[in-house]
Amino acid sequence: MTSHKDIKMWTPTTLVLLLIMGLGGLVIIYRLMHGLGAATNLNDRFPWGLWIGIDVLGGVAMAAGGFLIAGAVYILNWKKYKPIVRPAILNAFFGYALAATAIMFDIGVPWRVWHPVVMWQIHSIMWVVAIHVVLYTTTLATESSPMIFEKLKMEGAKKTVYAIMVPIVLFGVLLSTLHQSSLGAVYLIAPAKLSPLWYSSQLPTLFLVSAVMMGLSMVSLETILSSRAFNHKPDMAILSGLARGILIAAVIYLTLKFIKLFKGGIGMAFDGSMEANMYLLEMAVGTIAPIVLLFMKNIRENLNSILFVDTLVIAGIILNRLNVSIFGVYRNQAATGLSYFPSWMEFVVTLAFISFSIVGFKVCAKYLRLFPETEGGH
Amino acid sequence: MAKGVLVDLTKCIGCRGCQISCKGWNEMSAQKTVMAGDLTNPPRLNAHCYTHIRFQEDEKEGGPVWSFVKDQCFHCKNPACASACPVGALKKTEKGPVTYTFERCIGCRYCMLACPFYIPKYEWEKVVPWIRKCTFCSERIAADLVPACIKTCPTGTMIFGELDDMLKEGRDRITANPGKYVNHIYGEKEAGGTSWMYLSAVPFEWLGFNTRIPAKELPDLTWAYIAKIPAVIGVVLVAGAATWAITRRNQNMDKEE
Repeated sequence: MTSHKDIKMWTPTTLVLLLIMGLGGLVIIYRLMHGLGAATNLNDRFPWGLWIGIDVLGGVAMAAGGFLIAGAVYILNWKKYKPIVRPAILNAFFGYALAATAIMFDIGVPWRVWHPVVMWQIHSIMWVVAIHVVLYTTTLATESSPMIFEKLKMEGAKKTVYAIMVPIVLFGVLLSTLHQSSLGAVYLIAPAKLSPLWYSSQLPTLFLVSAVMMGLSMVSLETILSSRAFNHKPDMAILSGLARGILIAAVIYLTLKFIKLFKGGIGMAFDGSMEANMYLLEMAVGTIAPIVLLFMKNIRENLNSILFVDTLVIAGIILNRLNVSIFGVYRNQAATGLSYFPSWMEFVVTLAFISFSIVGFKVCAKYLRLFPETEGGH
Repeated sequence: MAKGVLVDLTKCIGCRGCQISCKGWNEMSAQKTVMAGDLTNPPRLNAHCYTHIRFQEDEKEGGPVWSFVKDQCFHCKNPACASACPVGALKKTEKGPVTYTFERCIGCRYCMLACPFYIPKYEWEKVVPWIRKCTFCSERIAADLVPACIKTCPTGTMIFGELDDMLKEGRDRITANPGKYVNHIYGEKEAGGTSWMYLSAVPFEWLGFNTRIPAKELPDLTWAYIAKIPAVIGVVLVAGAATWAITRRNQNMDKEE
């Protein structure tokens, strides 16, 4: 089997990740045998916890790079980004795999996960979300399939997929726009529960724009990290282009957030409450600091500082999803004495899913032609 | 037609007969409980307890006032939980009850997030868990019987009948007894209106009722988004296809040059 010898499979990091995955597998078996109450600290006031906050909301936001880069290359014909279209789509696929698998074990009756496909409920946001997960995961698998066909030497199948790539990518752009925003729309129904710091009729737009920031940061981060693994110089034109994209999305996001904050009363962000502090932290780390840094040209052109900004954005947007799903509802939910902090098993499963994404991406990078342009003829 | 209940909290004596009859009719097992500092028992509704009496102590005109509050599903006219459900496990029935079909349920628990009254509960301890909540005794109503808790109440705290009649009765009682009730029928407007409506002598926020619930049907909030989806599909597909056509043409022209 041909593979990239630059990527060493059995590094200590990989072994640790595999160990976490194994532990996560055991916890999932325990959860299936004994139920959610035994494995998690979820309760009647906190029906959703860490798995929804990070694995589902975070995993999907992280996947936004896939539709953006695919759209840029195939719809806008920005050929500059062609070298990163495969890793971006693969990253999206792992993001969605993470979300879909987490949902499987988070719902109470996993073997009924297909019910939404046949029991249509067009008034339910959750139904809209479920259908999008199914359709878009399939789309991502199709978009990634040429790499597999290439490996299997199935040239005919590969050509067929490339022949219909433009409509598939367009379909993917459509599904992603709807799916990213519909995850924000999930919370529209809880005006009396979610803190006004986050509750807004603009939640769908806010989720979409912040997913653009996070998706581009993920792609940028991967481009830098994999160039290190492959020992080649990353294309600075691509990276500064991505940085510009992050900057534009972040400025739009900050503007929307400011409008929302001014409408609701700016004082609520500075009242020293737990929610206010979480809000400030999220905005400072994920939006304001990245904007300030990215406005500096020397930052946009330095690998290490781009990497740092990418990390800030990713952390900030994950924090946003946790704020919407947990911290923003905390005060109202905990009023009756039930509180929530994830169990160690919830942490292990979340870490296991993240480990799976990293190891999975690494295996694909080793055995598939993830960067055909830069590798030449391996 | 849709049925409703008027709960006059000034009449409740806190005997908890309703709690017992609810357990009996729904064949739910007893549970070991602990003292939680007041007489409310169990302290919160849960998957094995669809209704309870909350004992609330407040002050009015310098003296202590005891209030007894009956908690159960409000059976909204247009319930957030039913609109949230991705598989139609929760449904608003014509006669008023919001009912649950386990065979459809996938256990996503979005109903629990959507409900402004924190009513749907989950069987956390079970391997195959159900969502549990007050059924408004839908089988009894279908058989022209009064719901179990109302049937048991010795003081007539709750009256059961046509929803519109119950609302009218509530208004009449407020008008006929100046000063006795606060001028608010809880459930008339909350979340767009509910089948269970309350009269109280003290402000509802004292009694732990959520008074921040908007006076509109909550499913409209998400429908505002869903209704736009067809337009988004059209715009993205047309704009995307047009962009692709233009950028490809530009590129071909570049090549010819």
